[in-house]
Amino acid sequence: MLSLLAVEIPYWGQSLLRVLGGLVAVLLPAGTIVYLFLFKMMSFMQSRLGPMEAGPYGSLQLVAEVGKWLQKEDIIPDNADKKIFKIAPIVVLVSTFLLVAVVPFGPDAWFTNFETGVFYALAVSSISVLGILMAGWASANKYSLLGGLRAAGQLIAYELPMVLAVVGVVIQAGTMNLQQIVVAQNSGAIFGFDFLGNPYILTQFVGFVVFMIAVQAELTQTPFDMPIAESELVSGYMTEYSGFRFLIFFISEFATAGVFTMIAATLFLGGWGVPFAWFGWSGIDDVSNWMNLVGPVILITKMLLLTFIVMWVRFSYPRFREDQLQRFAWKVLIPVSLVNIMVTAVFKVVM
Amino acid sequence: MAKVPGLFKGLGVTFSTMVRTLTKGSNTVQYPHVKEAPPIRARGVIALHQDNCTSCMLCSRSCPDWCIYIEAHKELAPPRREGGKPRQVNKLDRFDIDYALCMYCGICVEVCPFDALFWSPEYEYSEPRITDLLHDKTKLSEWMETVPEAPELEAGADKKKK
Repeated sequence: MLSLLAVEIPYWGQSLLRVLGGLVAVLLPAGTIVYLFLFKMMSFMQSRLGPMEAGPYGSLQLVAEVGKWLQKEDIIPDNADKKIFKIAPIVVLVSTFLLVAVVPFGPDAWFTNFETGVFYALAVSSISVLGILMAGWASANKYSLLGGLRAAGQLIAYELPMVLAVVGVVIQAGTMNLQQIVVAQNSGAIFGFDFLGNPYILTQFVGFVVFMIAVQAELTQTPFDMPIAESELVSGYMTEYSGFRFLIFFISEFATAGVFTMIAATLFLGGWGVPFAWFGWSGIDDVSNWMNLVGPVILITKMLLLTFIVMWVRFSYPRFREDQLQRFAWKVLIPVSLVNIMVTAVFKVVM
Repeated sequence: MAKVPGLFKGLGVTFSTMVRTLTKGSNTVQYPHVKEAPPIRARGVIALHQDNCTSCMLCSRSCPDWCIYIEAHKELAPPRREGGKPRQVNKLDRFDIDYALCMYCGICVEVCPFDALFWSPEYEYSEPRITDLLHDKTKLSEWMETVPEAPELEAGADKKKK
């Protein structure tokens, strides 16, 4: 039931709202991240101003870039596997849209309310690996293939610590439903002190760090950008793409960044909610309707905070070597997250 | 564990740079609106002092990619002293530098025995068409105005005679 501000909306209206909401929830964070972090923050960190000409403070730069990309010739290499070459970017983008479906934006503002939302999110996020492999293979370019294979190896390696880091949260919340995880965090209390609720970043800090590192790797942001390492692989699996197909890759890269950090905010920072103790709510049924409108804003704010960290790390560090990258995942992150699960389970049983 | 502080130090560098850029402004300037003065010895463009040129062709011959074109004819100039013979001087008809070819090595400036060629820091002379980069002696002489005064010689350096 989607009832915004106590207005009953018919089923078709709900579907329409969800489709539009999904578009907004994917494209708005992507645009914001590109402008705020990629264009502006990166420039500031390099002591320059970034785009300043298109619109006030260059805020329309992305519109100009999209216009530029749409005008470009759509080049498909002669030897490419043309069908797969065309489908690949769309597969990547679709995984982003599927991913946003389980993120709750408010007490009633959700797209789908899966019982196993976390499981679904982690499963769907690995569809993008398929798209990237398809792009790398279909380009008929050895650098693209190398990039695609590197991406596949990396995403599979980092999927594991990501799942394991989430397991700690799931154990503590006792549910895999993202909505209930949000409620559990905001209605929780630490030693009877409920002013902050119980955001899992406090109790699951190790899990949070592991999750954020894995997110960084899943997004192939810089310390983990071996798949698109431009100095050795030109641009990896994206090398042969131009025009609007490249644009789709570009959008999905940053849209996925937005959605992943939204999920991280939901799992570890309390999602759309504020601690329920502030308003004396005891459960999800008490939450006022206006949270449906304020909730998305709160979630986006938390998302931007986490994206800031992701991008900050991206702009500060040089990239890993391929073997270092794999060793880091298998020898450091996975053992750490396994220990984290064990400790969480012991505490859950004891307390 | 020795590596961890380095990781955080790196984050600190980028963050403090961001704060400095936001509060004190960036190191770069917004070029078409604000122009930075180039350094005084910048190799922007080669300017020609026509009166000094004797069309000896040294610059043209030493140019590695042959981008200097010189044509001249001989003229009679009035004698230096009363009752003397009219002098024969070379008069420039054409002195062109093709900046599409020039690689800014500065050999012509060094090799010129009569101080007719100078480096100017002027840099805004791009053209929409590549053929327009062939600049003639009028244009090259206009750039003479942008040539900065030569810096003071060091104490004890050999002064040029004359």
